[in-house]
Formats: sequence, C-alpha cells, structure tokens
Amino acid sequence: MKRWIVLFYMLTACALVFAGEAKPLAEDPVLEARLKSLSQELRCLVCQNQTLADSNAPLAEDLRKEIREQMHAGKSDKEVVDYLVARYGDFVMYRPPMKRSTMLLWLGPFVGFLIGAVFLIRTLKKRAGNEDFEAEEE
Amino acid sequence: MIPEIGQFSLILAFCFAIIQGILPLIGVWKNQPKLANTVVPAARAQFVFIIIAFLCLDYSFYVNDFSVLYVASNSNSQLPLIYRLAALWGGHEGSMLLWVTILSVWTMAVTMFVKNLPESFRIRLIAVMGLVSIGFLAFILFTSNPFERLIPAAMDGRDLNPLLQDPGMVFHPPVLYMGYVGFSVAFAFAIAALLDGRLDITWARWTRPWTTVAWVFLTLGIAFGSRWAYYELGWGGWWFWDAVENASFMPWLVGTALIHSLAVTEKRDAFKVWTVLLSICAFSLSLLGTFLVRSGVLTSVHAFATDPSRGLFILLYLVVVIGGALLLFALRAPNVGLGERFGVVSRESMLLANNVVLAAAAGSVMLGTLYPLLMDALGAGKISVGPPYFDAVFVAIMVPGIFLLGLGPLAKWKKANLPEIGVRIRVAAVISLLSAVLVPFIMGKLTAMVAMGVFMGVWVISTTFVLLINRVKTRGMTGAKLIDTLKSIPLAFYGMLVAHLGIGIFVLGVTLVKGYESEQDLRMDVSDTATIQNLVFRFEGVKDITGPNYMSSQGSIAVSQNGKEIVTLKPEKRFYPVQGSVMTEADIKPGIVRDLYVSLGEPLENGAWSVRIYIKPFVQWIWAGCMLMALGGVLALSDRRYRVANKKAAMDAGYVPGVEA
Amino acid sequence: MSKLVKSLLPLALFFIVVGFLFKGLYLDPHEVPSPLVGKPAPLFNAPVLAETGKKFSSEEMKGKVWLLNVWASWCGACREEHPVLMDMSKISEIQLYGLDYKDTDAEAQDVLKTAGNPYKLVATDMDGRIGIDYGVYGVPETYLIDKSGVIRYKQIGPITKELLYTKILPMVKELQR
Repeated sequence: MKRWIVLFYMLTACALVFAGEAKPLAEDPVLEARLKSLSQELRCLVCQNQTLADSNAPLAEDLRKEIREQMHAGKSDKEVVDYLVARYGDFVMYRPPMKRSTMLLWLGPFVGFLIGAVFLIRTLKKRAGNEDFEAEEE
Repeated sequence: MIPEIGQFSLILAFCFAIIQGILPLIGVWKNQPKLANTVVPAARAQFVFIIIAFLCLDYSFYVNDFSVLYVASNSNSQLPLIYRLAALWGGHEGSMLLWVTILSVWTMAVTMFVKNLPESFRIRLIAVMGLVSIGFLAFILFTSNPFERLIPAAMDGRDLNPLLQDPGMVFHPPVLYMGYVGFSVAFAFAIAALLDGRLDITWARWTRPWTTVAWVFLTLGIAFGSRWAYYELGWGGWWFWDAVENASFMPWLVGTALIHSLAVTEKRDAFKVWTVLLSICAFSLSLLGTFLVRSGVLTSVHAFATDPSRGLFILLYLVVVIGGALLLFALRAPNVGLGERFGVVSRESMLLANNVVLAAAAGSVMLGTLYPLLMDALGAGKISVGPPYFDAVFVAIMVPGIFLLGLGPLAKWKKANLPEIGVRIRVAAVISLLSAVLVPFIMGKLTAMVAMGVFMGVWVISTTFVLLINRVKTRGMTGAKLIDTLKSIPLAFYGMLVAHLGIGIFVLGVTLVKGYESEQDLRMDVSDTATIQNLVFRFEGVKDITGPNYMSSQGSIAVSQNGKEIVTLKPEKRFYPVQGSVMTEADIKPGIVRDLYVSLGEPLENGAWSVRIYIKPFVQWIWAGCMLMALGGVLALSDRRYRVANKKAAMDAGYVPGVEA
Repeated sequence: MSKLVKSLLPLALFFIVVGFLFKGLYLDPHEVPSPLVGKPAPLFNAPVLAETGKKFSSEEMKGKVWLLNVWASWCGACREEHPVLMDMSKISEIQLYGLDYKDTDAEAQDVLKTAGNPYKLVATDMDGRIGIDYGVYGVPETYLIDKSGVIRYKQIGPITKELLYTKILPMVKELQR
C-alpha cells in the first residue's frame, strides 16, 4: 500500500513539474528538425541571400509548408529536393549537384592542391640538388 | 557650405594623389630629385585633404544636414549620435570614402615609418600608393559623390538600415578596411621592388611587419563581423560563406600565406617570385572584393544599391592596377635570382607547404564564389554555391594544412630530420587521439566530424606546447632559470605560438558548436518553463519599452541552474518606424563552455510567444581563437629584432640610415 | 622564353576572370531561368475570378497558343506592367489568361475594375499551390504555352512594350503556324 502512495505522489509531482512546461512550437519536433536541416541547404528564391529555413518571405513559408506536408506523407529528402529542383532549377540547392558543368567546381580545388604540391616538391628537389645540408638552430 | 568644403577637399586630394602617383615616378626615372622629392609632401597633403573631406561628411551627419543626399538616405534625426557618425559608412558613397581615407592613413604611416630604405625604392613605394589612390578618388568623384546636394532638402532622413544600428557597425567596417586596404602597402612594396629591381632580403624584411599589421586588422575585422552576425541575425549563425564574407576571407588566406612565405624569403632570400606574387594577390583580392560588393554581379546581403556604370569603372580600375602589376611581374620575374638553398625537408619547405594549402584554400573560396557567375556567363544555367559546398571542400583542403601546422614549427631550418620530429610529437599525437575519443564521449555523441575536429584542435594546441617545451629544453631549464629562459625567447617566437594556439582554439570552437549545439522552438505562455539539459528557462512575459528611435517588445526569461537563478535574458523584438522594419535582438549569456542564446519569435495568442532557445557550447572559442591569432601578430610585431634587424640590413646593404624624412 | 610564358600565367588567369566579371555586369543574378521551359505546363483546375462556382481547367487550352500571366493586386510591378497587358489584349493573335496569385477576390476585382481587364479569363490561386507548380517566385511572371501544352517561354518580371513586339508576339505567331 505504501508503495502505491509513493508512486502516486511521484506521478503527481511529475505532473506538477510538467504543468508549465513549454510545448514545442511544432506538432512533430522530429519532422521539424528534419525540415530545418533540409531547408538550411535550400535557397530562398525571393530574398536570395537567405536559406529557406531563415527566410520570412511568403513563398518561403509556403514552400516550408509544402515540404512539411511531403515529409509527412513519407517522401524522402531527395524526393523533396527533386520536387523543388523540377520547379525552380538547380538554383534552389546551396549544395550544387555533381554534374559535368560543376566538375571544375568540386574537383578544381583538389586538383589545384595536388598540382601545387607536386610542383613544390619538384622545385624543392631541383633547388636542393644533391647537397647535404646542416640543420640550423634557432 | 561644409559639404562644399568637403567636396573641394576631395578634389584637391585627387590632385595631390596625381602628383604623388606620377611626378615622383618620372623623377626617379629621369633622375630629377626635385620631381622625385614631391612624393612625401604630396602624400601628406593628400592625407590632410581626405581627412578634411571625411570630417566634413561626418559633420553633415552630426548636424543632420538633410540637404546632402547621402545623409538624407542614410541617417535620421532620431538616430542616436554614435550611429549617425557611423552612418557615414552605412552606404555606398561613404564606405568608398572610408576606403580611401584608410588608404591615406596607411600612406601617411608609410611616409612616417619607412626610413633607411634606398631613396628610389622609398619614393616609388609611396608613389605606387598614390597611384592606387588616384583610381579610388576618381571613382568617388565621378561616380559616387557623397557630397551631392538634395534640393530641396528632405524634411528628415530615410534612416540607417536598422540592421546596421549596432555597436558592431562602429567598429567592424573601419577595422576590416584597415585590414584589407592595409595590404596595399605590401602591394606597393612589391611593385616598388619590381620597378627598382630590388627584390631582396631588405624588401622582404620591410614588407613583413606591414603585412602583419594589416593581417592583424583583417583578422580582427573578420572576427568582429562574425561576432556581430552571431547576435544580430537572431539565430546564432556566425559565418555564412556569403560572397562578401568570402571577399574578405580570400585576402586573409592569401595574407596568411604571405606572412609565412615572407619568413622564408627573409631568411633565405629564396622563393622571391612566389612571395612577390602573393603580395600582389593579397591586395588584388581586396580590390576584387570591392568590385564584387559594388558591382552587384553577385547577390549578397552586403550589396548596396548597384549600378553597372560603377561596376564598369571599378573593373577598369582592376584591369589597370592588377593587370599592370601582373604585367610588371611577368616582365621582371624571370630575372629574379634563386637565393640560398636548403633541404627538401626543412622549416623552409614546411612553410612553403603551408602556402600550397592556403593558396588552394583561397582558390576554393574564389572558385565557389565566382562559379555561379561563370556558369551564368557561359549560359550553362544558374546554380547556387553555399555553405554545404564550402564546408566540404574548404575543410577538406585545410585538414592537411592543420596537420602540417603541428609539424612545421618543429622542423629545423635548412634541414629537418623527420624521424626526430616523429619522436618529438609522440606525446602530442597520443593526447590528440585520446581527446578525439574522450571529448565526444563526455559530450554524449560521437560523429566522425567531431572526432576529426577535436583531434585537429588538440593537435595544434598540444604540438604548440611541445614546441615551447623543446625550445626551453634546448636552452637548458632548471628551477629559477626557467623564467630567464622564457624571457630570453624572442617575442616573435611567442607570437607564432600564440597565433597557432588561436587556430587550435578556433578549430575546437567550430567543431564543438557544430557538433553539439541544441535548439528549441517553443511556444511559451507567461511563467511557462523549458528544461534543457540542467537548465530551466522561465518565461516571465513581454513588456513594451521605447528606445531612442524604436519601439520594442522586450521578453524576460529567467534561467536557473540546479534551482539557482543565473541570469535573466531580455531578448527583444524591435520595430523601427522610419523604415518600417522589425528587428530581432537576441539576448545572450556568453560563457567559456557554452552560450545561452534566446530570441523572440512571434507573439501568439494570450500573451504567449514563440521563443527560440539555443545552447551553443564553446562558441566563444571561435572568437577567442581569432583574438589569439591577432595577439600573436601583435607579439611578433613587438619583437625587438625587427628594428635592430632593419637597421642592420640597411647597413649591410650599404645604405646609410636616412635622416628623418 | 618558357620562363616568360610561365610568369605570364597569373596575368592570363586574371584576364580570364576579368572577362567573366565584365560579362557578369550585364547579367542579372536575381533572375533564375525556369527549368520548366520546354516541358509540359503543369495542369491545373482552379476557380474563376468573379464567377462563383465556375472553374477553369488548363486542359481546355489544348490546341491553342496562350499566355498565362501570374499577377496579384498587391504587386507593384504588376501595375507597371498593366498598360502593356491592356495593349496585348487588343492584339488578336494573343490569348491572355491571368492567374491571380495569393490574393483576395475583392481586391483583385477592384484592380481590374479601375485599370481595365486585359484577360480573357482570370483563374485564382489563393493558396499559391499552382504558383509552386509553375515555379513562380516573383510576380509578375508570364508563361507562353504552345498548342501541345508545352511551356515555350517564361518572362520573369514585367513585360515591356519592346519585349512584347520583339519577342513575345513573333514567338506567338511562329507557334500558331
């Protein structure tokens, strides 16, 4: 019996704590987090310096609503992005797709880095010749 | 009347810039000392008149002279004084005036502090700065006159964009400009050295401190901007890879590379071609940044109202200045000597490897920034290149660089022994690996990115300490002598340690905040609480307050930890009636291990509000890291060796230290 | 010689960049071309403005060359464009249909009453759904749709007189053949 009383008090105590606990704004916080992380990679077309997540433009709101509904209906992130790309073009993606036209963008820096490294090593070798150098203290 | 004085001063400054830029070069070329010696007086006269123009414009802001178009468009009689004064650089015309003012400040400094240089070199140096100034003054006078009158005068001004009404506006632009305009000195040194055929150790030794000063300013300027964005935009982002941020970041990367390659050139008289190219590039990228902002070719938050004729003018200016510089480079570079030789594995080669990394990183930022334009120009479609791209590519390139950063300073000059370095860094490697596992374990979530980031951050910090310990050991350390030993180590060495430490702290901050920040979007009724980790946030309602030029709804959120109240945060939602805009002012409780960040969303029914609560672990480390980098630069500059060495170099080269100019 | 060529490399790279920057001055970074051009226009079925209960289906337009102008009463640039639309309505080859985007019936009707109605018919898109399908991001936008229902051209922003006579009208005539 005593155990039950303790449990009862514990439950009501919890209830008291939670009585004023603020509720998440979104009905489904998990889906909302997914929406947020996806829309952060998407560009708002109206105020073009903002992501879809940050923009307050009416179109951004409509699109967030649309994405929320699609996610709710079980669409994957990729399907949602494809839906938007079909309407607004690659422009909506802050992560440019890997295509022939963006090959240079994605690989250029690494190729540049490698060329630089090879060039440096070759130059250093050529300069040093066969000489043996003495280490120099500070 | 005052605006006319300003306008007239600007015209006079333009005339003096022409004298400063052209006559002395002819003088040196034709060997006519009279012409050549006009350089310093002309530069100083230009400085005086630009300062007068600057003060005239700021005076017009001070007295709310709305008969000046620029004042009427960027200020308002209700605007607090400090923002009225800072509003000078709140728009296009004024920020160009700030640009040229800072250029003349740098020129003035050069005329005061550069001595002991061969006459022809010094004259060419100052003249080149004059040439840079001519273009900018012409740009202001012909396309962007800040003194243009508005007749009839406006009743009141259209106000400074409320986004800019912030203490950040007072410091960020001048400090940032001090940085990127400051690279003009290194640029002028490079051009003067190429013209003079004097690409040598003296040149490198002289360029180095000027580059470092500019770099310190640029570091601080970027950090201020980032900190400002962090609290101003209401969601705690601190870097957006926006085109204009990139425009200031590219010169920073190249400037950082330059500081390191100058070390090699100064020590070994080697890689001069590369170093001079970097000197040209750092400033060229500053100019390119100016073009990108002013021309509107890229969409950016910072873009002011744009106008193609302005863009065309700056582009032409770029072609003349950068094109001319690179042409001179192309003609002179093939005849530059190789300098001393050194081993393939050595401190020198490590410094140059750092350059490859930084150059590739700067290249990736530039490619990402310009790629949308490139695609559009080729008709290949419109794309956006944003944070996901930069986070992937830039970080991937920097990783080997950060790793090298740990090894490089341990390598001996001229010839380093890799196995020996390996032995020295064993402890650091172990500490870093352990941290990479332990930190995520303590924080409660392990991801590859976090482990990698923590490894890199701790790696930099621990190798920096290894370096210090090594240095002390080689000098013999016992008991009381430790202090003496520490004192005997030159400040430049500490400067390097501190700057590198700053990188480590920065990397940790970025990693931890990205990995572990938490965010809650809540609906809060009055006296609702939200429990996040061990913190309780209690919403105590919103009250209306009136600011000097805005109305505000100020929320009050009490935060307690373990039942003890630690702070009451007061985020605001402000309404600025003149521009009819609403601003979100977050309130932040900064801390060493975490920031509490609260911002108000929208009012809901019955006095409830939507409230965003963020916990941002270690975010302050980001800016602390930047401050340390800047401090490192300052320490390096304070090193006594500089002045002594400069005199010595001048003597060695057979120049008599000059009489005061 | 090869040394000189090598040292000219930075200059060459710079001029390539300048070339792009120059081109960039005359491009508008805000204008995003539609991926829908050359693709079938999304079908829609929407209420007709001012005619309660009546619906317009875009399928009715099969076999005709038509223009769909997306507009709204709250949009300033649309007012700027309006006189050109009025001109268009007098050209017999052009079939101009309107899509009233995120608007209210009353306000939209008000505009048409005071400024004149250039449209054969105005469909309404109050919640912006059709707008999303058409990739509308800034009104006014105008789509030129051919006989088989394929979008042939999209104008973002107001149609100017010049554009009407040099581009749109010739295209319409061409497509009608």
